[in-house]
Amino acid sequence: MVAGDTMTGNTNTLTNLAVQFTILSLFAIGGANAAIPEMHRLAVDVMGWMDDRQFTDLFAIAQLAPGPNVIIVTLIGYKAAGLAGAVVATAGMCGPTCVVAFWAGRTWERFKHARWRIIVQAGMVPVTLGLIAASAFVLARAADGHSVLAFAITAATAAIAFTTRLNPLWAFALAGGLGLIGWV
Amino acid sequence: MPENVSENAVLEPPKAPTLLQLFTVFATISLYGFGGVLPWTYRVLVEERRWLTAEEFNELFSLSQFLPGPNTVNLSIVFGSRFRGARGAAVTFFGLIGPPVVIISLLGFLYVRYGEIEMLRGALTGIAAAAAGLLIAVTAKMALPLFRRPFGPAPFVAAAGFIAIGLMRWPLPWVLLALVPVSLALAWWRATR
Repeated sequence: MVAGDTMTGNTNTLTNLAVQFTILSLFAIGGANAAIPEMHRLAVDVMGWMDDRQFTDLFAIAQLAPGPNVIIVTLIGYKAAGLAGAVVATAGMCGPTCVVAFWAGRTWERFKHARWRIIVQAGMVPVTLGLIAASAFVLARAADGHSVLAFAITAATAAIAFTTRLNPLWAFALAGGLGLIGWV
Repeated sequence: MPENVSENAVLEPPKAPTLLQLFTVFATISLYGFGGVLPWTYRVLVEERRWLTAEEFNELFSLSQFLPGPNTVNLSIVFGSRFRGARGAAVTFFGLIGPPVVIISLLGFLYVRYGEIEMLRGALTGIAAAAAGLLIAVTAKMALPLFRRPFGPAPFVAAAGFIAIGLMRWPLPWVLLALVPVSLALAWWRATR
């Protein structure tokens, strides 16, 4: 079926976007990037909204644009059903989990001084840090596979951001420029 | 509000952010966020605005990560509601997600129309390298509180998580299923000793 060409086709696609991303979001522990493989399966294999190369392109565009990682979902929605698709997919991915987060944040705050909460927190924080350290490592390996200069950019940015209060946006601009002229 | 010196008020920063501040700060964070917003969230909330201490940020981010859905979106909701209730949560959410959704829709339009991103791939390679470096720096900063005091099992739990996901590339659900109970048991043991 060629989605988006007919009214019913488009409505079906919108419904699918809303339902599929709502379901996906409720199982997405560890953030949007942890759910990328499942999004790929959904968008390419199950729903046929795009082919493999297009998915890779969209992922690259989402990385290039500013904003939280979840905007890959906006882009998938846009590709599948235009502007309405972008809105519906984003709302599906964020809406229900926002309600959960609001309620959980309130509950968490209420038990601020409870002994069980302090213990749970002491147990959760190091796991979280291990996960972030892992994604930093995986991202650095993927980004630095290209060249020695890429590795140098990563190392320099890490050192500058850790030791100084300089705005890292400068490193980003410089690195982007070097990449644009083909040096990285 | 400043007169009300309750136990909670002592821990809060001197001035709670207004709705407008919440919106502009999260919009700024989102527009800075090339290659992920987490490092910028840390930089702005902890280092620039000092609305959170390093420990409070870790606690907030940890909660956001264990909740389903996008991490920093969850963080924006919990952070906004903590200061300004439901309206605060709505404002931080739209600040964080609004500007990027507009930009990405424009890029999506250009891509669907022209489908050429070859020239941008080079820039992306460079930015990805810098973004990885920034994430490494922020991870190191976030890890510092773990090593304070006579430190307990926390650094070892973090190291185990790093090895399992980063080096061994084991699936996340299984790692969490194994590591979270162990970490909770260790924290409980340490607290009741």
